Amino acid sequence: MARYLSIIDSAYRATIEEQDDTAVWFTHAMKNGGAEVSILLRGDAVNYAVTQQDAKGLRFGSRAVKGPDLVRDIKAVVEKKIPIYAVADDLAERGIVSTQLIPGVETLPRGAIAKLIEAHDRVLTW
Amino acid sequence: MSKYVMIQSKSPWESGDLGHFYALARELGQGENEVTLFLVQNGVMAARSGATDVGLDELLGGKVRVLADDFSLRERAIETLRSGVRASAIDEVVDLLAGGAKALWH
Amino acid sequence: MATITLGIMDPPYESANTPTAFRLVEAAIRKGHNVNVFCYEGATALGYAGQKQHPNAVHGASLEEEDHPNPKDWVKALLAYAAEKQVKLVWCNCGLCVDERGVESQVEGVCRGSPVDAWKYCEASDGVILIGTE
Repeated sequence: MARYLSIIDSAYRATIEEQDDTAVWFTHAMKNGGAEVSILLRGDAVNYAVTQQDAKGLRFGSRAVKGPDLVRDIKAVVEKKIPIYAVADDLAERGIVSTQLIPGVETLPRGAIAKLIEAHDRVLTW
Repeated sequence: MSKYVMIQSKSPWESGDLGHFYALARELGQGENEVTLFLVQNGVMAARSGATDVGLDELLGGKVRVLADDFSLRERAIETLRSGVRASAIDEVVDLLAGGAKALWH
Repeated sequence: MATITLGIMDPPYESANTPTAFRLVEAAIRKGHNVNVFCYEGATALGYAGQKQHPNAVHGASLEEEDHPNPKDWVKALLAYAAEKQVKLVWCNCGLCVDERGVESQVEGVCRGSPVDAWKYCEASDGVILIGTE
């Protein structure tokens, strides 16, 4: 069975409508189906690893919008034993410190991405 | 040894993190791996003779093979390419995929 | 003969990624390979049967003269091309994405599936490429 690496850099795209990030969701669904998957958060998507994200409270007229719970979803990924990494350089460039990260998200330097890719058979670039 | 096809669809002037993609190509190209960087769509904008893109400069002449999609070149009237870039049909991407190359899209 | 799986995400008329994806599928079929296309999110509208051509007054072109492209026709044409070349082309939409967008009416030959189906296509393929969106 092939090992898949989902590299996610597109962030907060349609998350309000979808009530999740669809790349994270897709990868989780693959795992539920039996696939061997890992996730690498890079670029702005490293922000998915931050605690205290809150997209609740939107309302369009009478229609309340439930919104995504990305912290819940990333925690679920961790609990599902899906290895999840965030690029340390991207975190630092965005002023995100390690104490803000959801436990279980590992950080790795940008220079280690090539080795991570080499350790997987297929790459899904989101 | 693995084969990689890295497809660059954005120009360096529209994508702020293209330098990281170039760097990744260089890193994957170290050792025994065979890496092809395939420029397509606005990715070919950096391939025109006279274009200035430091990131691509650092790749050219190295181990990474740099190809530019012939249709995208024609679409943008790019006739003369920088040294080290070769025009190519998209068929080469298909050949690489059919041969089991790992593909990364940017 | 190899098998190639492409994942595509962009909706029609929004991105240069779309014709590139179709070009990859065409080239793969022409070279005698089997192809799986998994459409995720907006790409599920590529095969939407309700697409219509229009005239273009700025071009001074009638409906017939303009012959405006509808990607659903590209899907149909590639399915026919694969049959002609005696290779297999699977054009599979994410079912939930179809329902969200109300694009259930699809051209003949397009099927519905899930991420697990996409994974199975990948497992049975020599090469896999996902063309992500912005």
